[in-house]
Amino acid sequence: MKPLQDLARQLLEAGDVKVVIGYQDGRRGVQPAFITDPAQAERLIFDHRCVHNLATYVSPRRGHVKRLGRAAVMLKGCDARAVAGLLRESQISRDDVVLIGVRCGGVHDTPDVSGPLTAETVAPRCHGCTVREPSLPDHLVGELPPAPPVGRDLDADVARLMAMPAAERLAFWTRELDKCVRCYACRQVCPLCVCERCIVDKTQPRWIEPSAHARGNLAWHLTRAQHLAGRCSGCSECERACPEGIPVHLFNHFLAGVVRDAFDHVVSDDPEVPAPVGAFRKDDAEEFIV
Amino acid sequence: MSFEPRIVAFVCNWCTYTGADLAGTSRLPMSTSVRIVRLPCTGRIDPLFVVKAFERGADGVIVSGCHPGDCHYTEGNYHARRRFRLFKELLDFTGVDSERVTFSWVSASQGQKWADVVNETTERIRGLGPFDGYPGVERGEVA
Repeated sequence: MKPLQDLARQLLEAGDVKVVIGYQDGRRGVQPAFITDPAQAERLIFDHRCVHNLATYVSPRRGHVKRLGRAAVMLKGCDARAVAGLLRESQISRDDVVLIGVRCGGVHDTPDVSGPLTAETVAPRCHGCTVREPSLPDHLVGELPPAPPVGRDLDADVARLMAMPAAERLAFWTRELDKCVRCYACRQVCPLCVCERCIVDKTQPRWIEPSAHARGNLAWHLTRAQHLAGRCSGCSECERACPEGIPVHLFNHFLAGVVRDAFDHVVSDDPEVPAPVGAFRKDDAEEFIV
Repeated sequence: MSFEPRIVAFVCNWCTYTGADLAGTSRLPMSTSVRIVRLPCTGRIDPLFVVKAFERGADGVIVSGCHPGDCHYTEGNYHARRRFRLFKELLDFTGVDSERVTFSWVSASQGQKWADVVNETTERIRGLGPFDGYPGVERGEVA
């Protein structure tokens, strides 16, 4: 912890950054910390409870964070994919932000779990993760940890759904989405939902019904999935943020599989690799078109 | 009385719309269950259009535009092809029957192909019956 806290203190004292965004102990487990005073740098921690994808705070939509001044952000390997996405889409420039990479050996599913990382508690995003060190960082801290235990496999969840008859699948989603209260926590937490004005908030024309009703709920979740196709960094923060426990990240995970199989593209932590939607190949498969 | 489906066709202005016009002026026999919505390009067809059509009680949807290489905006249909690949798979994943959506390329000279697409889609939708599988679909009030 010491090197991390020292680094944060130095950055703040040098005036290089005005705020360090990291993790601290909170009332219910770990929570994001916004350190503006060098004396407070000792609050910063990093352990298996540091679930949050802090890349969401460098998204241009976060005016209230931007007003704090130039930020340094703690970054896990998976979070780097989200920052790469923002760079790729010119939402931020590399000089806007200082990236403090932390070596990560997996995180719990939620930030309020204490104890060691086990197959029961590990977050689904860590399944098969081979990235111990984030790409892109200006600074890198922490010891090289072992790989996380094998936990919930989202591919298996998707496969189980796809093995159902279509009507059963629709019944599953209708039941799940019926719980949706349209709080848009999934959108708010997402580092890559960057629109200044979301289509669901537009009223003329009103494309997506705003009431928490099956019709609008499905339209909203289809739209969210479609807009994140080939962009989603796979952090599954949407699912963690959902107060109703709807497995909304499955949509994104499913489309990531489609993008991989159909367009031969895996979301990269290299900002120079172009996104698959918005690009094309002339010989893309089109067996579904008559 | 046999079931007459309601089908919405989202077509591009340059190829399919002109092809449909040709089918009409050639007096080709065609099902009358298709309502055409003309757009500049398949690249302008947001998947939300399809969702909206189903929400408002469409039994089937056709999305059609210029053949690859023929786009009047050079590459709009290539982008649409990727987008609709994703959307079709997403519908499948949700369990909404993607058999109810037809994707086709119809050029301005392919009046006969347009008539075939319309007739085949109508027959297929007629076989599938009215679409009440879309959650919370508004039925009845759409003419």
